[in-house]
Amino acid sequence: MDATVLDRSIPELAGLVTRGEVSAEEVTKACLDRITRRDGALGAFLTVQAEEALQAARAVDQKRARGEALGPLAGVPIGIKDALCTRDAPTTAGSRILLRPSSTGEATPDPRRGFRPPYDATVVARLREADAVLVGKTNMDEFAMGSSNENSAFFPAKNPWDPSRIPGGSSGGSAVAVAAGLALGALGSDTGGSIRQPAALTGTVGIKPTYGRVSRYGLIAFASSLDQVGPFAADVRSAARLLGVIAGRDPHDQTSLGAPVAAYEEACGRDVRGMRIGVPEEYFAKGFGAKGAEGDPMPQASTGIQPAVEKSVREALAGLASLGCELRPVRLPHTRYAVATYYVLATAEASSNLSRYDGVRFGARAEGAESLGALYAKTRGEGFGREVARRIVLGTYVLSSGYYDAYYLRAQRVRTLIRRDFEEAFREVDVIAAPVSPTVAFPLGERVDDPLAMYLADIYTLPASLAGVPALSVPCAPTPAENGVPSLPVGLQLVGPPLEEARLCALAAAWEGISPARGLRPKVSEA
Amino acid sequence: MTAYGAYEPVIGLEVHAQLLTRTKAFCGCATSFGDPPNTHTCPVCLGLPGALPVLNAEAVALAVRAALALGCSLQMRSVFARKNYFYPDLPKGYQISQYDLPLALSGVLDVEVEGTPRRVGIRRIHMEEDAGKNLHGIGDESVVDLNRAGTPLIEIVSEPDLRSGAEAAEYLRRLREVLMFTGVNDGNLEQGSFRCDANVSIRKLGETRLGTRVELKNINSFKFVADAIDVEIRRQVNLVERGDRVRQQTRGYSAEKRESYLLRDKESESDYRYFPEPDLPPLVLEEAYVESIRSALPELPVAKRARWALELGLTTYATGVLGGHPAIARFFDEARALYPDAVKLANFVQSEVLRDVTTTGLTASFPVTPAQVAEILRLVDAGTISGKQAKELYAAVAGTDHAPADVVRERGMAVLGDASAIETIARSVMEANPKQVASYRAGKTALLGFFVGQIMKQTKGSADPAMVNAVLVRLLGEGSGA
Repeated sequence: MDATVLDRSIPELAGLVTRGEVSAEEVTKACLDRITRRDGALGAFLTVQAEEALQAARAVDQKRARGEALGPLAGVPIGIKDALCTRDAPTTAGSRILLRPSSTGEATPDPRRGFRPPYDATVVARLREADAVLVGKTNMDEFAMGSSNENSAFFPAKNPWDPSRIPGGSSGGSAVAVAAGLALGALGSDTGGSIRQPAALTGTVGIKPTYGRVSRYGLIAFASSLDQVGPFAADVRSAARLLGVIAGRDPHDQTSLGAPVAAYEEACGRDVRGMRIGVPEEYFAKGFGAKGAEGDPMPQASTGIQPAVEKSVREALAGLASLGCELRPVRLPHTRYAVATYYVLATAEASSNLSRYDGVRFGARAEGAESLGALYAKTRGEGFGREVARRIVLGTYVLSSGYYDAYYLRAQRVRTLIRRDFEEAFREVDVIAAPVSPTVAFPLGERVDDPLAMYLADIYTLPASLAGVPALSVPCAPTPAENGVPSLPVGLQLVGPPLEEARLCALAAAWEGISPARGLRPKVSEA
Repeated sequence: MTAYGAYEPVIGLEVHAQLLTRTKAFCGCATSFGDPPNTHTCPVCLGLPGALPVLNAEAVALAVRAALALGCSLQMRSVFARKNYFYPDLPKGYQISQYDLPLALSGVLDVEVEGTPRRVGIRRIHMEEDAGKNLHGIGDESVVDLNRAGTPLIEIVSEPDLRSGAEAAEYLRRLREVLMFTGVNDGNLEQGSFRCDANVSIRKLGETRLGTRVELKNINSFKFVADAIDVEIRRQVNLVERGDRVRQQTRGYSAEKRESYLLRDKESESDYRYFPEPDLPPLVLEEAYVESIRSALPELPVAKRARWALELGLTTYATGVLGGHPAIARFFDEARALYPDAVKLANFVQSEVLRDVTTTGLTASFPVTPAQVAEILRLVDAGTISGKQAKELYAAVAGTDHAPADVVRERGMAVLGDASAIETIARSVMEANPKQVASYRAGKTALLGFFVGQIMKQTKGSADPAMVNAVLVRLLGEGSGA
């Protein structure tokens, strides 16, 4: 079988498997083979479940042989962000603290010693029911905290367009797996941009659904009021199909929404003429956030949007106009408070969510602690990386008595204002179009010692997260190669009103049809 | 002046009551007591990564019922919050509770102490989950049992309206009773399903500000609660009279030593960093839902006892005994439906039945059914058996499902207690034995036994011997001229 079957779209491949033109087992073998040859240099996967994947693939083939109907993801190889619980695979959330003690005491942390959840996340169970083949757990920033994948406790994932560069984060491994053709689709999670930003930086499609559209049950929590699971794929239709499988009310998640799941895939191809597209001027401001007005209390430190990125996004906006959409300026005036608001609320929730990693019931437990307090301090001190520790400390601080009102409560109020910005804007427009990331993928190591610069990578994705509205990233024209920097992907962000994922899919698919990025794939070296 | 001279004690109580649900507050695990450790656990109550809470509707219904029974104003929108602290018995590192927006506010509970009625305010009722249990000294290890983790509780916080240990104990008794009669809680102090902490402070008489409070933890016995509080009041009064000040502390109570002891100072208290629980939407109650629970509220114990006293003419003692436990009250009501003489019934149940009744939580084991009791009393009323035989019959019926009338028949217990019937038989015996009658009347009174024997023979022993004696003495004496 030709390995290029792996470069098909998800609907195409599922069709081939369903019609028996290829077997799921063949596809899975080709996929595992590709992972073996390509992933050594990329680090997309923390663990690969070859045996389990082959078993699942054979089960799909047998199901077909028995004449049973196959699911919408029949035989499709999928990568799962390691923040999602899987009962047949170790789960690490990119952290040492979820590693079981080593019997040999080796120094390098091995994700294969990850926590073994006794249950599947709801989204994982839904993929299995749809006859998907789960090939492995993808790399990520520890507890989804990071924008470069460099906060993985194990190794950084690398951008297949230029392996000296970061793929974005925190769902970097999922983005890389899809961009490099190691899986046809992948699940990620997006708290402040962790799907959209790596999708943009790797030239893939990534969807952050409306908060509550997809179950969080089994997603290892970072910030519960913001976390949302979503799909990555190489094209909009493929991502739409994945979203259709994982979306919907889950009785195990009380924040999941009961609204009927829309026909996302069918929406791709829908006419977008007359759609009103809002362009938020705040997102294109020169040196956006670089300097506040007189007496502005917000500390600012941004270099603003890179010219090449702005050019690509503006061309995409012109492309939307050429499709018959109507461009309108909109204002999202509280955007500049988004970073501060997000890093108060997300860290506050994280400081509480991460309390359960205490060495008592699962995962790592430090040796030689003399007291209960020492057990906690040592286990957590050794188990958490620097960025996670930083956010726990920050979040603990903003919730502390005497500081709660000034930080947490105020941030909640600002969050309401940011949500209202979107409500106001969506009275005027159907979709908001904007950049995803102010820059292209940056070199590995460039920002590891500058957390604030790293936080600002999320500047365009945070507002939609805080507002809980759906947003996706779809590739637009890559930047031109110049000064030794290769051509790199750029993402167009489309943001919609709550539960309007189908509208976003329709627009993204229409754009994809005329995008200069269409069909572009990185050249991935093989071992 | 008070019992403490120039000082007035001010006491508020915080009661944690376990809601009698089948499953835990946020997962489907069974609530349990005494089962092997960690057998009622799942990803949710173990706090495993990725698990999420789902609120138990049954717990909400019971909490609402308790709030209504205590006259609280229900908050139609309440919010769950996380109380953050580290402890091995707290799997998530936070307890899901309610904080600034609790389920219910401002209720009341009427109590009576030494004949004086007092109305105690209830500040708030909120829902929360219980922690597990740490067990120390298993070998050289400490272990954790998480069966209890996630069990639904309500915390009932009183206003600082109580003024003595005795008042506090009385408030607790009445509160426990209300929760038991409404089926919210089983009132089991020993198993910890009803637990109490007390906030105790003192102030100069006439002072309106509250003094520095000490929290007395886990005084889980009615026997000790009054003592513990009085001892703590005395300690505070002594401190102040010595010129010291009371420090804000959490203290325990030793019943053996009859003294409170320091658990921790205010400085070492955790900052719980409460914030709204993002995994649970606000709890919104519909008016119709609240009304459906309100209309299904059972009669509360105080009202029931008052009604029994008024309508049935029972003594205060009897209403207290029969109306002190929901299962006993139900037994009495059921028996009363079958046997309307409440006073006779109350006397019989108190003197005979209750002796053999044991209560466990909300249930009570009765040796007889209400129907059996009613039937025994009807047999007495009909003269079929004597009052004395009723006790015997009760003993014979207890622990069986036999109908009392059947037992009377089988055992030939029915008395011939009808004087005219006995007289008829006696006359026929006298007619049949004129010689013996004459001898008797001539002074041979020892012949009385002969006549008694004859009657007993004819009635197969069922005649009431005393009545037979009386009838014979009268009839035989009529013709003697004596």
